Amino acid sequence: MTIHVDIVSAEQEIFSGPAEMVVAPAEYGDVGIAPRHAQMLTRLRPGEVRIKTEGAEDQYIYVSGGMLEVQPHVVTVLADTALRAKDIDEASAMAAKERAERALTDHKADIDYAKAQAELAEAVAQLRTLRRLRNTGRA
Amino acid sequence: MAGAKEIRTKIRSIQNTQKITSAMQMVAASKMRRAQERMRATRPYAKRMREVISHLAQAHPEYHHPYLGDRPVKRVGYIIVSSDRGLCGGLNNNLFRRLLRDMKEWNDQGAEIEFCVIGNKALQFFKRTGGSIVAEATQIGDQPGIESLIGTVKVMLDGFDEGRLDRIFLASNEFVNTMTQEPTIDQLVPITGEAVDEIKHHWDYIYEPDSKQIVDALMVRYIESLVYQGVVENLACEQGARMVAMKAASDNAGELIGELQLAYNKARQAAITQELSEIVAGAAAV
Repeated sequence: MTIHVDIVSAEQEIFSGPAEMVVAPAEYGDVGIAPRHAQMLTRLRPGEVRIKTEGAEDQYIYVSGGMLEVQPHVVTVLADTALRAKDIDEASAMAAKERAERALTDHKADIDYAKAQAELAEAVAQLRTLRRLRNTGRA
Repeated sequence: MAGAKEIRTKIRSIQNTQKITSAMQMVAASKMRRAQERMRATRPYAKRMREVISHLAQAHPEYHHPYLGDRPVKRVGYIIVSSDRGLCGGLNNNLFRRLLRDMKEWNDQGAEIEFCVIGNKALQFFKRTGGSIVAEATQIGDQPGIESLIGTVKVMLDGFDEGRLDRIFLASNEFVNTMTQEPTIDQLVPITGEAVDEIKHHWDYIYEPDSKQIVDALMVRYIESLVYQGVVENLACEQGARMVAMKAASDNAGELIGELQLAYNKARQAAITQELSEIVAGAAAV
């Protein structure tokens, strides 16, 4: 019994195939999804999606957030490739406005705290994925 | 021989130009192939997104997202996707011409217009013609990331949320094939048509955290992915148009060189004939 998994980002398709179970970093904690899971829709934190496949080794795919949709036989991860947080979106909107107003060089003021924090969370999650990959590679 | 020399330098300069245009043609051809691949790669995301949104529209009829509802139009916004660089034939100008026609209709109805421009050419054009540009994104390169567009899209969507805009359009070129690019204007918000198809279901999702937040986030991503697709498609169009334009330029240069070569040969022949007849006349005089 398997469940079909699709991981896509706005820029490309990342993964598509069957799995026995999927573990994803949902906003309120990791969720494990087995076939015939109830329909669910949730947001994802930056982290890794673990795909348990039949016979083969687990696959880890890093996502920097996004959406998770679960249907009884299909799991869809709509991954964000960009860092998303309310403040960051706000800031980039402001930047776009500013550029339009001036249509000239960008002068960035002080360090954006929210952006730094989100970047840190992303880096930590990326590192974790890398470490796991290295460990499994050695074993 | 003076005329012949001038012609020769002219031929050489045209040959140089031809070299450049044919190199640009080849570069555009290879870039276009890559851009087309990227274009294909963006499709699954928007497709999935549409599916989820249509599920949502059926599963959750009591929460009506503002992007799904129509309202009287007083102000419209255009997100205009153009190329950063020129030398791509009539690509941008065709789009702008199509846009101006569309804008005139809204003007006649008394609606005000705001712009959000992507790409240098649109920025320059609408700066020149005058118009309220509220956001811009230029120099997005050959491999645009979605993060370079988030800000500009948000400015427009915020405009819709605040009631500053009642309708948002996306103007970009549609890639029909290598030779043909079709300027198109699509309505982004309110969302129409296929996104809210009807299939009857009687179930609902488990939402985490709550449905409203998720729907809001989904809608924003959906619109962004549409704009991103427009940008990627426009890039493929740009390269296609450039390839065709550069091919035409190379062909024209070749024709010109042929004509000049003929003129050069004639001038050379005339000079030789003249010289000969001068020698013969001189000999006869002796």
